[in-house]
Amino acid sequence: MFAHQHAALFAHDPGIPASISQRIASEAMEDRTTAPPAPGTTPRAGLALEQRLVFVLGKGGVGRTTMAAALGLLYAHRGARTVIAELSGRGELLSAFGRPPTDPASPAPNDEIEVIERLYAVQIEPDRALAEYLHEQLPLRVLADVFGATRTLGFLAAATPGLAELLSAGKIWELAQPERIIPGARPYERVIVDAPASGHSIALLAAPQAFARTARTGPIARQAARISEALLDRTQTALLAVATPEEAAVSELLELQEALRRELGRELDTVLVNAMPPARFEDGDARVLEDALAGGAALSEDVRRALARAIADDRELRAARTQVERLAGALPGTPLIELALSRGGEFGAAELQTLAQGLGEAL
Amino acid sequence: MKSADKATAGAFPPDEVGLRDVLRDRRMCICVGTGGVGKTTSAAAIAIGLAADGRRVALVTIDPSRRLAGALGLSELSNEPQLLSSEHLAPVGIALRGEVWAMVLDPKRTFDELITRLAPDERARERVFANHIYRELSGAVGGSHEFTAIAKLYELDRDGGYDAIVLDTPPARNALEFVRAPQRLMQFFDVPALRLLLAPAGFGARVASHAAAPALALLRRLVGVDLLTEIALFFGAVGGSISGFRERARAVEALLHDPATVCVLVSSPRGEAVRESLSFARALRDADLPLGALIVNRVHEEPARAADLDAVEAALVPALGARLSRQVSASLADSQRRAQRDQIGIGRLRAELGDLPLTVVAQIDGPVGDLEMLGAVARRLFGEPVQAP
Repeated sequence: MFAHQHAALFAHDPGIPASISQRIASEAMEDRTTAPPAPGTTPRAGLALEQRLVFVLGKGGVGRTTMAAALGLLYAHRGARTVIAELSGRGELLSAFGRPPTDPASPAPNDEIEVIERLYAVQIEPDRALAEYLHEQLPLRVLADVFGATRTLGFLAAATPGLAELLSAGKIWELAQPERIIPGARPYERVIVDAPASGHSIALLAAPQAFARTARTGPIARQAARISEALLDRTQTALLAVATPEEAAVSELLELQEALRRELGRELDTVLVNAMPPARFEDGDARVLEDALAGGAALSEDVRRALARAIADDRELRAARTQVERLAGALPGTPLIELALSRGGEFGAAELQTLAQGLGEAL
Repeated sequence: MKSADKATAGAFPPDEVGLRDVLRDRRMCICVGTGGVGKTTSAAAIAIGLAADGRRVALVTIDPSRRLAGALGLSELSNEPQLLSSEHLAPVGIALRGEVWAMVLDPKRTFDELITRLAPDERARERVFANHIYRELSGAVGGSHEFTAIAKLYELDRDGGYDAIVLDTPPARNALEFVRAPQRLMQFFDVPALRLLLAPAGFGARVASHAAAPALALLRRLVGVDLLTEIALFFGAVGGSISGFRERARAVEALLHDPATVCVLVSSPRGEAVRESLSFARALRDADLPLGALIVNRVHEEPARAADLDAVEAALVPALGARLSRQVSASLADSQRRAQRDQIGIGRLRAELGDLPLTVVAQIDGPVGDLEMLGAVARRLFGEPVQAP
């Protein structure tokens, strides 16, 4: 059997900053439809992600950024100095914390921005990582040449397959060092990576290994080997994958697991099933609903609409459960956590908060 | 939605405006958008719409996305174009007067083919294939996907005999990663220090007298001699085909800016997707690429007049009991809220992209087959099929 749990997401947490709490409270007021938690599920011990570095993987559109942000919020609330690294280059993460991408205070790439207490966000750009790397590697007397080398190496990085991925992986690794390499930078207890979509994530995780093998000697070879070792070590790095309970997302997650196994010999550490529909209906309800709709010529239009909606929702719930079972069956050893469908709509503080809480109960 | 006569397939009505107008004189339609918004299904639906009008269409997607076969209701697609049989779409009521040829580009294989074609001789080709960097990395990595894809598009456009090509773009860091790939490769070959690296004679001797020498010395120190040698060998080997690459990259660049090329932005009405779509749109316009239409998928629709949830619940209690009535009313409440939220998202897209034709595709309830979904999206985009008189 598989580990399987449903997080009750709609409680309230006293440890939330006041501005976020208020927004949650005002949403809760208009919320008349809180779903009951799924019956018969119990938390399983041993899911805690203790690793310093956590990669959040998955197909586009399944809520990777949201999950990375929620996980960051959770760790920060628990007292860990945490950074979320975004590789998608979209600035989504900052907007999750109420900073529009057009905000003049938006950071330059690789700047670590404190979004709430103890929680930082950073956008990783390979070019900037390269510049940092050069500054760290070079003695002062050659700094005059750095521009030329950066430019040249920049073109090299852009055109050499995998070099941009290696630089990004290197920057992530640097963020996770107990003693940071960037002068004056403070260490983090947790580093969460909002990874690119599935195929590109494999490239990111595989690049250090490939370069370590190809280069054999020299600084890049040594560093790539260290980075690769850290990423592939299950005690240091957790791979967490997100899927929605839909055919395409589940298939892509299973393909991701296959590719990880094949190319890196790694297993996923945890799977999050995001956007589970609420478990409103029980076995046998569908029949009652269909009978009511079929037999009710005198029903008002609103009532007919409501019944039709309920029947569709019930079907959707069952389809979602089928997908979760498929996932659980294919990954028998991997902990699986279900999270409820967000009903608020906007990707924002309230949604993040409920998700963080749900994760907190599961992890 | 009106249910079509499924026994006989028809063509799309001729008087639709919007998307079809945009596509009328185009040879190349590039579907861009963020992940999870139904981009692949939209691309397939566009190809079908064009083929229904009688055009011969290539529908192209790029591995690792395997969704296209599924979206077309096929079990498998390969690097070779595969013709969608004319009976295939009959069950969803759509007749094709033209043809759809679908393919999934395998980037590694396509890149191999490109090298094979461009390398001056067999030895040069074997040098590329034996190179560590090429072997370890060329298949797995961003950048090569994009370049390979557009190089292939160019070929399909030039030699394929198609009237139109519809491309489902891979997930990328941003819209432009895709269109910048040829530029990036061209730039590379123009950097002085790297040209030195690529020089056929051992570069050490020539370095001393060259302005780029310090940069190169730094590179050697930083990157390590072995890796630099491998990289030099890689580009040296590929560089044997430089003029071919250059020419190819330039031609692809020209194709992207050709008046016959159009980008279609695919989005969903959800907050994240809307924000990303708006930034895609800005990036495309900044790069002078023609954004011609917007498709908003997965929209929850409800009548404008909200139902009185308490009244609904009360009316249901006699038949369903208290518990089930409450759940039914909750279900409708959620649905109304989703519909409201989606209208807000569409409003934001219209506010900024109001000059583009915008097609809204409703969320389809319940588990439907892929082909059924495809048919439904095609109807939304091109209208309800009609029988020829």
